[in-house]
Amino acid sequence: MKIITAQEHQSLASPAVITLANDVDPRSLDLNGVTRIDLQFPKFTDGRAYSQAFLLRRRLGFAGELRATGDVLIDQLVQMERTGFDVAVLREGVDASAAQRQFDRFAGFYQGSAVGTPPHFAEAL
Amino acid sequence: MYQYTEFDKQFVRARAAQHRDQLERFQAGQLSGDEFKPLRLQNGWYVQRYAPMLRVAVPYGEISAPQLHVLARIAREFDTPDAALFAEAQATQDKLAGLAPKLTTNYGHFTTRQNVQFNWIPLSQSADVLDLLASVNLHGIQTSGNCIRNTTTDELAGVAVDEVVDPRPYAELIRQWSTLHPEFAFLPRKFKIAITGATEDRAAIGWHDVGLQMVKNAAGEVGFKVLVGGGMGRTPVVGTQIREFLPWNQIMNYLEAVIRVYNRWGRRDNLYKARIKILVKAEGQRYFDEVETEYQEILEKDGGLHTIPQAEFDRVSASFAAPALNLPAGHADTTEWVAKAEADVSIEAAKTPAFARWMTQNVKPHQNPALRAVSLSFKRIGQAPGDATADQLDAAAALVSQYSAGEARVTHTQNLVLPWVRLDQLHALWLEAKALGLAQPNIGLLTDMIACPGGDYCALANARSLPLAAAITERYQDLDELDDLGHIDFHISGCINSCGHHHSGHIGILGVDKDGKEWYQVTLGGSDGKDLSGTTVAGKVVGPSFSSFEVPDVIEAILTTYKELRLPVQGRHEYFIETLHRVGQDPFKAAANAARQPAADALTA
Repeated sequence: MKIITAQEHQSLASPAVITLANDVDPRSLDLNGVTRIDLQFPKFTDGRAYSQAFLLRRRLGFAGELRATGDVLIDQLVQMERTGFDVAVLREGVDASAAQRQFDRFAGFYQGSAVGTPPHFAEAL
Repeated sequence: MYQYTEFDKQFVRARAAQHRDQLERFQAGQLSGDEFKPLRLQNGWYVQRYAPMLRVAVPYGEISAPQLHVLARIAREFDTPDAALFAEAQATQDKLAGLAPKLTTNYGHFTTRQNVQFNWIPLSQSADVLDLLASVNLHGIQTSGNCIRNTTTDELAGVAVDEVVDPRPYAELIRQWSTLHPEFAFLPRKFKIAITGATEDRAAIGWHDVGLQMVKNAAGEVGFKVLVGGGMGRTPVVGTQIREFLPWNQIMNYLEAVIRVYNRWGRRDNLYKARIKILVKAEGQRYFDEVETEYQEILEKDGGLHTIPQAEFDRVSASFAAPALNLPAGHADTTEWVAKAEADVSIEAAKTPAFARWMTQNVKPHQNPALRAVSLSFKRIGQAPGDATADQLDAAAALVSQYSAGEARVTHTQNLVLPWVRLDQLHALWLEAKALGLAQPNIGLLTDMIACPGGDYCALANARSLPLAAAITERYQDLDELDDLGHIDFHISGCINSCGHHHSGHIGILGVDKDGKEWYQVTLGGSDGKDLSGTTVAGKVVGPSFSSFEVPDVIEAILTTYKELRLPVQGRHEYFIETLHRVGQDPFKAAANAARQPAADALTA
């Protein structure tokens, strides 16, 4: 997962980039020509964008960039990646140095992910 | 019990390491209190009235002797507040009106969701405690927070005589699927699943966000009847059937649909309207339809990723094989052995009335005629309901090792069940349990009450639960009287969050705060859905709330009314709830209201 700072994150006024409120059903979108979708975490405890990411990645097969924006903290990055995000914009002031070890900690998870990892039981059998 | 694989064990250890990392960043100021809070909550760490509280997960209530020993060690070595903090806490409690037991330390508390809580562990020791728990595959994962909580089940799962399907392998599969689910860690509100595999519902499935009843269809195939949208709290709602029959191997895919739709539409603007019950109530069929569509799309478009393979089910199931019986040598014919052992138990019971009473009240039949399921009662004078000191936890663990193949169950009524006790060892177990004070023959009776920790420990409570629990326990010490009153579900919650399940009590007590004083609402006729209690329903309030001073007399007035009105039925008295169902609430209401003592408030003031 690519982690960028708030300074590096630019909202582009381009038809190829969509910013999606977290109460919109992504299945209602026309994804033709879209290369990036910015999903939003108004508060890190509002988990609706995880479901949006899952639907975009797994259900709709969206292959472009899924960017996590808003109240994005270190401890949610791993689950963001597992639901289909590939870029995260850390909230202003968050120190990125603790991020990488979060990705290294767990050898695996029980559930399959949105991005092709099968459930643990499928690997174990 | 489920045998943890290397993957499972490593997972729990990694989770403990993750908490240590978060704790250290919090202590270093890299993580704010608000940012740390939801993270520590999802590892079971609350900050309560005076100190942190740890809620340890006991998945579907199954716990081993070595795990109980580790809980004992935590109680002994970690559940100790700083002396000044403890003195201040007690001084604060002492300012509250009325007699009350003193605060206690160094104990574990069995909860209504089959977990175990500790009340005094300093947060600075939380990572060490999680490491210690991980050494026996225990943890606090998802015991709090707005995520999928510990799945609960029938305390007699796998041994109940009325069982259709053993729910434990399914509960374990749900545990694995729900553990650190990436999409469902920040739901609108907490999410609780209960599962039963018996014809009688002993898991209160109607009171859960999702209630699962295992059934077999006409073709003999195993599946689930699925209820959704039950819950207690401010707005008690009983779950509604959303699926009559879901094939067993689809449970993860289906739960994914149920929770994804909830994650999308559940209210996030009002804490009290955020549970799935409110969504189901508001949307009804529309919610059901959307879940069905979502489920179909999970299968057809996502490839049904979490359809459970038979081989995986078999792997998990193998862990739940019954333990070896080890009958004494020279007894090839089990039937003969059982007949002899039963006769011996009867002779002992005839000689010792106290043993006979315990056999009747605390010992349940078993799928294996050579075995029984035995309840150790943690409801006794001098200790809060469900509390166990370090020594008691160690002693219970020793009993579990010696008499129950190393396995026990934490029950939602805050006791322990030993599910694998041999007939010929019942008397020896009784003697030892009695010596430990864990053989009160009161299972299912008035003093086997459910009570939350309430205003003595909990930051949410509006009133204390434990002084009332103590007052009722003290008043009803006579075993003949208790026996005569028969089965009564008496449930006390210190606030509307309903951890003490007051809504499902035949008699329920709810603590409320009026003008900074403790008051108590009394409800009658609630049901948790077990056969004796009748259809799952919330109790009805008898009238304006009572002072703590009045409550014991109100209970007594209600029980006196019951004794006056009850009829004989099938060679016994009607149970309290049966009389209530037959005559209605009015006579009980009248008796309760007549027991008001308007001067009491002035007296205690």
